[in-house]
Amino acid sequence: MKMIILGAGQVGSSVAENLVHEANDITIVDTDGERLTELQNRLDLRTIKGNASHPDILHAAGAEDADIILAVTNSDEVNMAACQVAYTLFHTPTKIARIRALSYLNHPEIFSESAIPIDAIISPEQIVTDYIEGLIKYPSALQVLDFAGGLVQLVAVKAYHGGPLVGHELRELRNHLPSIDTRVAAIYRRDRAIMPEGDTVIEVDDEVFFIAARKNIRAVMSELRKLDKPVKRIILAGGGNIGRRLARSLESKKYSVKLIDHNRQRAQSLAEELQKTVVLPGDAADEGLLTREGIEDTDIFCALTNDDEANVLSSMLAKRMGARKVLSLINRASYVDLVQSSGEIDIAVSPQQATIGSLLAHVRRGDVVAVHSLRRGAAEAIEAIAHGDSSTSRAVGRAIQDIKLPRGTTIGAIVRNNKVIITHHDTVIEADDHVILFLVDKRRISEVEKLFQVSYSFF
Amino acid sequence: MRYIVIQRITGLLLILFSSTLLPPIIVSYGYGDGALKAFLSAFSITFIVGLILFLPVYMKKQDIRLREGFIIVTLFWTLLALVGSLPFAIAEHPHMAFTDAFFESMSGLTTTGATVLTGIDELPQSIRYYRQQLQWLGGMGIVVLAVAVMPMLGVGGMQLYRAETPGPMKDNKLTPRITETAKALWYIYLGLTVACALSYWLAGMTPFDAIGHSFSTIAIGGFSTHDQNIGYFNNVTIEMVGIVFMILAGINFALHFISWRERNLSPYFVDAEVKTYLSLLLIISVIVITVLWNEGTYQTMQETLHHGIFQAVSIGTTTGFTTSGFYWWPLFLPVLLITASFIGGCAGSTAGGMKVIRALLLYKQGRREILRLIHPDALFPIKVGGKPMEDRVISAVWGFFALYVFSYAALSLIMVSTGNDLVTAFSAVAACLNNLGPGLGGVSTDYAGLTDTGKWVLSAAMLLGRLELFTLLVLFTPAFWRG
Repeated sequence: MKMIILGAGQVGSSVAENLVHEANDITIVDTDGERLTELQNRLDLRTIKGNASHPDILHAAGAEDADIILAVTNSDEVNMAACQVAYTLFHTPTKIARIRALSYLNHPEIFSESAIPIDAIISPEQIVTDYIEGLIKYPSALQVLDFAGGLVQLVAVKAYHGGPLVGHELRELRNHLPSIDTRVAAIYRRDRAIMPEGDTVIEVDDEVFFIAARKNIRAVMSELRKLDKPVKRIILAGGGNIGRRLARSLESKKYSVKLIDHNRQRAQSLAEELQKTVVLPGDAADEGLLTREGIEDTDIFCALTNDDEANVLSSMLAKRMGARKVLSLINRASYVDLVQSSGEIDIAVSPQQATIGSLLAHVRRGDVVAVHSLRRGAAEAIEAIAHGDSSTSRAVGRAIQDIKLPRGTTIGAIVRNNKVIITHHDTVIEADDHVILFLVDKRRISEVEKLFQVSYSFF
Repeated sequence: MRYIVIQRITGLLLILFSSTLLPPIIVSYGYGDGALKAFLSAFSITFIVGLILFLPVYMKKQDIRLREGFIIVTLFWTLLALVGSLPFAIAEHPHMAFTDAFFESMSGLTTTGATVLTGIDELPQSIRYYRQQLQWLGGMGIVVLAVAVMPMLGVGGMQLYRAETPGPMKDNKLTPRITETAKALWYIYLGLTVACALSYWLAGMTPFDAIGHSFSTIAIGGFSTHDQNIGYFNNVTIEMVGIVFMILAGINFALHFISWRERNLSPYFVDAEVKTYLSLLLIISVIVITVLWNEGTYQTMQETLHHGIFQAVSIGTTTGFTTSGFYWWPLFLPVLLITASFIGGCAGSTAGGMKVIRALLLYKQGRREILRLIHPDALFPIKVGGKPMEDRVISAVWGFFALYVFSYAALSLIMVSTGNDLVTAFSAVAACLNNLGPGLGGVSTDYAGLTDTGKWVLSAAMLLGRLELFTLLVLFTPAFWRG
């Protein structure tokens, strides 16, 4: 697939990194020559230096035969203009843009064919915010991922002593929770994936991925570990785009939120914008400030600045001072596992990981609605819509056990007419089902894509 | 300072005001009540004085500057009270002394509603009408009216408008042009008045009374064409109509304008000031009713309810209508109501007092200090309806509050020093400064018993309250005259 990425910032370069291995032709455009050179040295892609919305630059980047244009520069306006130019001059079929300003996002009608032709809008900060909010809602989970508009969730939990299922075989889950349907999609033990079978025994420290309807998540989680008390008091460190959105969303949901930001001016504007959040100008690693604001009574401390080291250190300090749980935003991929395995920090969130999925959904062949990238991109969870019939599709009309799934792939659930069906080996897939799959090994992605592509005889 | 500009505009305003004497002339002619001569001479004097001021400089078209705006407004209000008192003084009946006539006229124009007259029912019809009309003209502000009908004021209109309209935030224009804003305000004012008059009429008043009372209701004045005030009618429906229109008139007219333009009632429900205003009125009503009922002041619950609510709204909005002597109620209630009148109505309404928005800002400031004790490092901007307020506005509110309290204390002391008892002195100053009307003690029904000095002090208090201190007090600073 031919793809142009406009903007070589954090989002742009991490998308390039993720997709370049999948036999995609990627051209990346930016005004910063040094950054481009660095990317080109590291990855197999083409770079163009220049203003991303100028027609000649887009032409040079090969916009004529590009399949996808991904506008993720820093400026909403440049992104919009680039999509407009690509549509008018080069008829690029798929145009995806990052739009940050809420003022634009509140009026989706401006992004139509007749106005500003953008096919899909991504808002990375919003995705990361939603992601963290999910974690705050389920404080015991490592990851909470939505499918089918939130009907189904995929949750990653670390098994601990105290969970009734720990030390037992998986099939006993049915006896423990007779009325609840769930499916364990994968288990990671010491960073190695295990395909779960009925006789797999869950051990302490296993990372368990399970799929269940949203209302059942808490019950299933309680099988694997003693549940944490619901979160009430939250301290956010860093009032950037993510901190600001998170605070706004949390304060409207009856959480008690405090927000620390070291930039006095920004703190002032945050205090003016936020209604109930207590805004504290100051250093998130200032012991005095944390003590005065009752860090020891805090349920979760989230370090959300764009400085990895500051996030790690301030959350370690918060943990040491008595915060029940700490969450840290970490951009550098290599830090994520390092931090999480050290045990000092409960949850490490990688914004790129959280965001990349929403882009992948557009890049994947077949009718893919949602993609979540897991475990540093090694694994992937996909929501795809099955089309066609038993003669044109390799999935529709077949029971799960008859579908030739690639190794390491499980079908966890199906959403049919907004109803959640947890799959068993004899569940039959019908046309227009939303199928939720879990791939332990992303290299098998093309095989999965083929399952959900309708063969040409369909047309 | 360019005195020519001041002279020209003042002359113009007087000519405009003289035309407002035409309706009483018609009334007097129609009823043949014998006051025709008084009104005709008042009209000619005002008109000629205006002409004398205006004609020599009518070609000197210059824009009004900020400072001249303050002088013009204050000067004009004083002159207005002066020429407004002419009919009272000239007419054979009541034929008031100069001090009394001035007090009555000032009380009318500032929508206070304090009166020195007794036996109002026996006065000539035209005089009774004229008192009501004075209140109506003063309610929205005759300078605002001038801005609306005299486009030649141009840029200067804004300076005048700012000096006369109440509330801490005066730069919010409803429309791009100040003339249009002033017109819009007057249309709403007129519309409310017509609606109110019709409702009163349907509720059982005579057309004469209906028009007269609609004037003083929408202006939040409190004058009545009867000695017994609204109590004269002894009609619950009339009281209900009065309650509704007093509440409406106490709401910011900008909100009326926006909701009328958008044909939508939602602006009322999202406005923080209106919400506070209505809650305050509700709380006060509940307290009044509870105490009245517990003390057994009235025999039946129905009586307790309508007297309680009417009086709470009337005093709470600083109108000052009375149905029964609320000063005979258990002492706590009159004091509570007079205290409530310090808050008054919303900014940009015709109500007096310090205005709800200022009380709200003061309260939020107080709350912020308490929060600061709990979170010493946190930032707490003052917000109203979710929007942060500028520090400039907040400090202006503090300044206003300080001056208000100071003026209240100083004027009360002067009143005490001229031989009034404490209750009379303090309640009279509160009633005049808040443009309320009825006080307690010696001034509970009328102000006739006061000394002349007392009446002059209170006239000054009324003007201070109507022009919200700053416009008047700025003239007493040396820096104003120097620069």
